[in-house]
Amino acid sequence: MRNNKSKYQLYSSESDILSPKKLVQGIYSGFLDGRFLGWRLFVRNLSAQYRQSVLGYVWAFVPPLINSLVWIFLRGQNVFSVDETPIPYAPFVLIGVILWQVFLDSINVPLSVIGSAKSMLIKVNFPKESLILSSIYQVLFNFLVKIILLVFVFLWFDLSFTINTLLLFVGGFVTILFGVSISFLIAPMAVLYGDMQRTILVVTQFLFFLTPIIYPKPRAGIAGIITQFNPVAHVITTTRNWVTGISVESIWPFCIVFFISIILFLIGTILFKIALPHLVERIGS
Amino acid sequence: MREELTVKSQDVLVKVDRVSKKFCRSLKLSLWYGVQDVISELFGISRSKSLRKKEFWAVDNISFELRRGECLGLIGHNGAGKSTLLKMLNGLIKPDDGQIEIFGKVSALIELGAGFNPVLTGRENIYNNAAVLGFSKSEVEEKFQDIVDFAEIGDFLDTPVRNYSSGMKVRLGFAVASQMEPDVLIIDEVLAVGDMGFKLKCFNVIDKLLENTAVIFVSHAMPQISRLCSTALLMEAGKKKSLSVNVSKVIEQFYGKFDIKPIILDKAGEILLDKFEFKTDVVEEGIPCFSHLDNFVLDLEFIAEEKYNSAVTTISVLDKEQRPIGICFDRSGLDSGVSQRRKDGLWHHKKKLTIPRINLSAGIYILSMTISESFRSKPIFKLQSFTKFQVTSENVIWPPIEFESDWN
Repeated sequence: MRNNKSKYQLYSSESDILSPKKLVQGIYSGFLDGRFLGWRLFVRNLSAQYRQSVLGYVWAFVPPLINSLVWIFLRGQNVFSVDETPIPYAPFVLIGVILWQVFLDSINVPLSVIGSAKSMLIKVNFPKESLILSSIYQVLFNFLVKIILLVFVFLWFDLSFTINTLLLFVGGFVTILFGVSISFLIAPMAVLYGDMQRTILVVTQFLFFLTPIIYPKPRAGIAGIITQFNPVAHVITTTRNWVTGISVESIWPFCIVFFISIILFLIGTILFKIALPHLVERIGS
Repeated sequence: MREELTVKSQDVLVKVDRVSKKFCRSLKLSLWYGVQDVISELFGISRSKSLRKKEFWAVDNISFELRRGECLGLIGHNGAGKSTLLKMLNGLIKPDDGQIEIFGKVSALIELGAGFNPVLTGRENIYNNAAVLGFSKSEVEEKFQDIVDFAEIGDFLDTPVRNYSSGMKVRLGFAVASQMEPDVLIIDEVLAVGDMGFKLKCFNVIDKLLENTAVIFVSHAMPQISRLCSTALLMEAGKKKSLSVNVSKVIEQFYGKFDIKPIILDKAGEILLDKFEFKTDVVEEGIPCFSHLDNFVLDLEFIAEEKYNSAVTTISVLDKEQRPIGICFDRSGLDSGVSQRRKDGLWHHKKKLTIPRINLSAGIYILSMTISESFRSKPIFKLQSFTKFQVTSENVIWPPIEFESDWN
């Protein structure tokens, strides 16, 4: 059992934020106590998902492949035109779309983990931080699967591995941290209102086109300005440049997004902790 | 004596102090209040203690203390606030007023098999469920065999849980839960399922836990409450109605909330219970009272057709849960008392039923009556729950009968 013989709990109507020390300690011990549960939930969801599926892990490859192939085909047919990309267009789009999928995953996985834990949340008191851990495990796992896909892309298009290619892990890490943090920031709203899920769908679709994934980073015009303020754009283009050996103009935007992600993650964790009793109260039966 | 007291008070494990919780009747408003509450809490504003539109107090000013080794039975109608109180004790939701202090580890048997995934095998789900309940990996491995033995699922261990019978699922869930070593245990009616053998097994586990645990137990099954609990709390509309170590008395109070409505089945006009009267001078709140071991006397007057003069009357005594306690027959016939023929040809029978030195224990009892043409034949007249009476005794106990006994 949780190894606390002299455990003491005080539940009152007072706001948790008024005793920040207790709050932070609670979150810390939640992560500590929730390690095994987080892992079990991850293993459970994964095995259940693939045990009921014939194609299994193939499904991790299909969406980015199809998505990319559509763009490669359309551009090949001259349906639309984009500026010349520094590397051939096909691997350019494939790598971009895969990174985009990692970001999308980081937003969606935590929400679905929380959604499927709803019945447990209203009945059992377990360390809620295990949900954060479980989400991160799952996103990381999906990321690793996508790396396999990336390796195939490299081999197929005969791209050269450099030491910079390994910076993929740094880029992936920041992408995941940024996505997961945003996800936990909106999770409380998403638990209460179904509108949130739809909003995410619309916004991410929109964002896909505003982010230089299927086209190179625009330098001028409104698109250029928008890209300048689009954190996802910085993370994805920087990572793609690293991976493919294209020179990175400035590392600062990436670092700023990294820094913001850390802040957002901390805020998201605290918000999630504070909001949960309220959510349980409102969705509980 | 004084020393004993201080030792005892040190061992208070649960301290509930004027706890209240409000709920909202409208879903839309409730969700919106939820958003507001989260935001105000973020800005350090504590929960407001006044009611907003469409809100009501689901739990209202409840206080109690519970020591190690004690068991509190929580009873009340559906919607009395029991589950809400349990959720607060379990830390799932926070009180809107007052505070709860808990010393030690809390475990809750509110839902068995939390974290089960139907596609996965029993073996995998033991790990899932145990993790949800707070076991570490090494603890599960250590207790795995005990869990499997307790669950008695045998060859099904590596079968997906969705192929289990509902009983097997419950057994597996309880087997995992039974390995917990809490200081405070919260139980909510999970014992209502499963066959008799399994229920007994559960009670054994709880009995063992009781020695070293403070238990809070919610159930609608009063026999379970009276068997396990040392204190009972009766809630009504969120409020404390009664709290006492005399569990039977609280249960009686709870039963007093139900009104019995008589059901009359008779063949139109052929037989009629004209009048009845308990021979006692004591009446409390409209209910006639007899002292334990008094003579129980009931006067009855019937009107019936002549062909039923030798009919057999049966009177049975039921407890408040409508379970039969005892029965008595009058095989001498309706006309064995004072009978006379009326002008309209029907007969008027006066009978007096005496049960000497009635050994029922304190409580309220219900009477039902049937009349049949001969002993054990189909009833021609039936009066269900037609009246109630009360037995009083200094000794309030759960079993319905306290025998007169000689101990030599």
